[in-house]
Amino acid sequence: METVKKELPLARSMCWHCQSDIGGEYFCHQCVKVQPLSKDTDYFTCLGLPRKLNIDTGKLEAKFYEMSRAFHPDFYEGKSEMERAVSLANSATLNQAYQTLKDPIQRVEYLLRLEAGSAKEFPGKAPTDLFETLLEIQEHLEELKAVKAQKGAESANIINQLKAERGTLEAKRTALERRLAELFHVWDRLVEASAHDQTRKAEKEQTLKEMRDLLSQRNYVNTMIANIGEALE
Amino acid sequence: MARIVGIDLGTTNSLIAYMNQGTPTIITGPEGRPMVPSIVAYTPEGLLVGDAAKEQLTRHPERTVYSVKRFMGKGLDDVKEELQYFPYKLSEQNGVIQLHIGDKALTPPEISAMILKELKARAERFFGEEIRKAVITVPAYFNDSQRQATKDAGKIAGLDVMRIVNEPTAASLAYGLQKRKQGMIAVYDLGGGTFDISILKLKGGIFEVKATNGNTHLGGDDVDRRLMEVMLKEIASKHGVSLEGHPEFAQELRVRAERAKCRLSSENEASVTVPLPEGKGEYRRSFTRSEFERLVADLVEKTLSPTRQALADAGLSTTDVDEVVLVGGSTRIPLIREKVHALFGKPPHCELNPDEVVALGAAVQAGILGGGILDMLLLDVTPLTLGIETMGGVMSSLVRRNTTIPTSAKEMFTTFVDGQTSVDIHILQGERELVKDNRSLARFQLKIPPLPAAVPRIEVTFMLDANGILNVTARDIRTGEAQSIEVKPSYGLSEQEVERMIHESYVFAQQDIKERQRIEALTEADSILRATDKALARAAEVQGLVTADELEGIRRAVAELKQTMAGDEHRTIRQAIEALNKASYPLAERLMDHTLQEALKDKKLSQIP
Repeated sequence: METVKKELPLARSMCWHCQSDIGGEYFCHQCVKVQPLSKDTDYFTCLGLPRKLNIDTGKLEAKFYEMSRAFHPDFYEGKSEMERAVSLANSATLNQAYQTLKDPIQRVEYLLRLEAGSAKEFPGKAPTDLFETLLEIQEHLEELKAVKAQKGAESANIINQLKAERGTLEAKRTALERRLAELFHVWDRLVEASAHDQTRKAEKEQTLKEMRDLLSQRNYVNTMIANIGEALE
Repeated sequence: MARIVGIDLGTTNSLIAYMNQGTPTIITGPEGRPMVPSIVAYTPEGLLVGDAAKEQLTRHPERTVYSVKRFMGKGLDDVKEELQYFPYKLSEQNGVIQLHIGDKALTPPEISAMILKELKARAERFFGEEIRKAVITVPAYFNDSQRQATKDAGKIAGLDVMRIVNEPTAASLAYGLQKRKQGMIAVYDLGGGTFDISILKLKGGIFEVKATNGNTHLGGDDVDRRLMEVMLKEIASKHGVSLEGHPEFAQELRVRAERAKCRLSSENEASVTVPLPEGKGEYRRSFTRSEFERLVADLVEKTLSPTRQALADAGLSTTDVDEVVLVGGSTRIPLIREKVHALFGKPPHCELNPDEVVALGAAVQAGILGGGILDMLLLDVTPLTLGIETMGGVMSSLVRRNTTIPTSAKEMFTTFVDGQTSVDIHILQGERELVKDNRSLARFQLKIPPLPAAVPRIEVTFMLDANGILNVTARDIRTGEAQSIEVKPSYGLSEQEVERMIHESYVFAQQDIKERQRIEALTEADSILRATDKALARAAEVQGLVTADELEGIRRAVAELKQTMAGDEHRTIRQAIEALNKASYPLAERLMDHTLQEALKDKKLSQIP
């Protein structure tokens, strides 16, 4: 995925078919041919949204359906090869945009990539407040493995402990997500404010940094929950 | 735009449908039958497809191919467990299964093409015009190779496959059109050989698939086999016969097991009687519904975990589903209805004909593509994760399962060594970590201009189109030029092979027509020879019916006809028939008069009508 630096990318300024001037419309107003989405179009722009994190999913879906009706290859079967290619590429971009933005976690990950150009992945980072619990979990996972290797050994105790620890991790995940949701609001207010005031840059950076940190912790917790789940199967 | 038809190319039966003024309609056969059995027989007398081929199952089992869909896009390794159930020999060539029928070796797409041609001919008779465009359905859980094989079958049959549509999604189109419902629906589709579950949201004419899952090796065929296994064991233990060396008897048993299964959906008991080989008399076995349910319980259970997975992937619980729709002949089994009812907590819909709804949906999709339907749109997903092989035999995913299609993923490739001129890329599909546990789709070599290491930057785009079929393109970022790539499918026909098969099928078609004309001429010759024999016998009894010259002429014509019948040119046979007709005409006429007089002889005038 390419990182986009430009704030509001412009689509091509000329229709590929009749060379009329166009200003980012999906269809040329002269020849009504479908126009390719600009290569620099980010997912927010694609779906006509500001770069905010709280999204009305009902409206998002309606917009997605409306644009699908405009771009989907089903409606270009009898058209020229170029129009079919544009429809295919636009639909693919639109589908990825919708898929990414409808899910809050994917949405914020995408925003972080857009805004700060972070790496594709968010490497897991252990939450420091759970350090001891995490050590215990590792021990219990090892123990369970050892017990499983010996047939007939008693494992109920370890299993119960692991289940309780999984509960702790799930509670942590909920807490992380709650904080993330708070930051969504913080971010959105900053976006609104910075439309008039350029001085909020540091605050924005700080918010992005905290969100990235939360996501890394969440990834770590998720992996641990999955590991326990696998061990308990 | 030319007419587009919708085709359900099923494991057991296939159907063809069209949009009849806004209503999807099945095109029936000469006897009003909607279904063409998906069976192809290569008999010594010629090629047979459908009902005629079905009759050959027990007569020429080793020359009659059924359930070929199970082999589409597969290698021999994928199907080795079920080889014992098929009476014909299989081999593999370049990752494609070959079925050995008589002296021919045919691939599954070629055999499927025969079924498609039969359906095409049916539609052409109906419309009185050539049909070239079609929408063909496949199980939602079909991978790229299986979809590609289906598309190849279409091409070989002379069809431009406008779209490959997932069967449960097609069913939802027909269902949605008919019921005008909104909300979340689950389509549970258990056919002859495959199982699919799809969860869709229907809203304002948009059919958005949220998640799909399934098993491409689970269906009615497996249910039949459960019954067969029980009976084969008993035949061996009670009668001391193994049907292994008797494919005719084994097929007979399979056909009757299938019938018993169908009866058990409406009755509480069904029995099977089959003749045994080696003069061992016959075998009789009766199954109660509860015994049947015990035998197939685990098969039914096997459908439930994909169903739960699809719901989880869609982020839904069973209570979020407003309606459950049943598709596929196997959903007639009461146990399945019960289990689905129990899982979703609501009775499933079964008022749609489960055999026809997929073909009807394919016709609806054809209507959308043809521009006749503007208010409906289907947004489908890819059933399996797509990825590439990375270091250490691990699969790195590019497109996750249940991503709405079309979709694309880009990946940048570069070189590790100075002057390196190519990079090997291995494309995979599946949900597992390791390469070896996933499906290999294709390999290709990316050609790179010789440059210092890490300087070249080649961007490869993996595009999953609306058919769920992968297209790969590559571009040199430095020059902006497109890079040539040659994708070699792991399981599938190359483009050249498909081309050759299209050509061959055309030549075969010509031969087939010639062969049919010869058979027709021979049949007619047989009947005229029999009639001539009778006439001559009659002439020997009655004086003066025939002159010596005429008799000589008839005899000569008969001899000539018999001689032409040994040849393979239908025209010369026809000419000889014509000559014999001419030679025997005076005799035939006098015979007719004579018979009439005989009939009138003893009757009074008033009795003559």
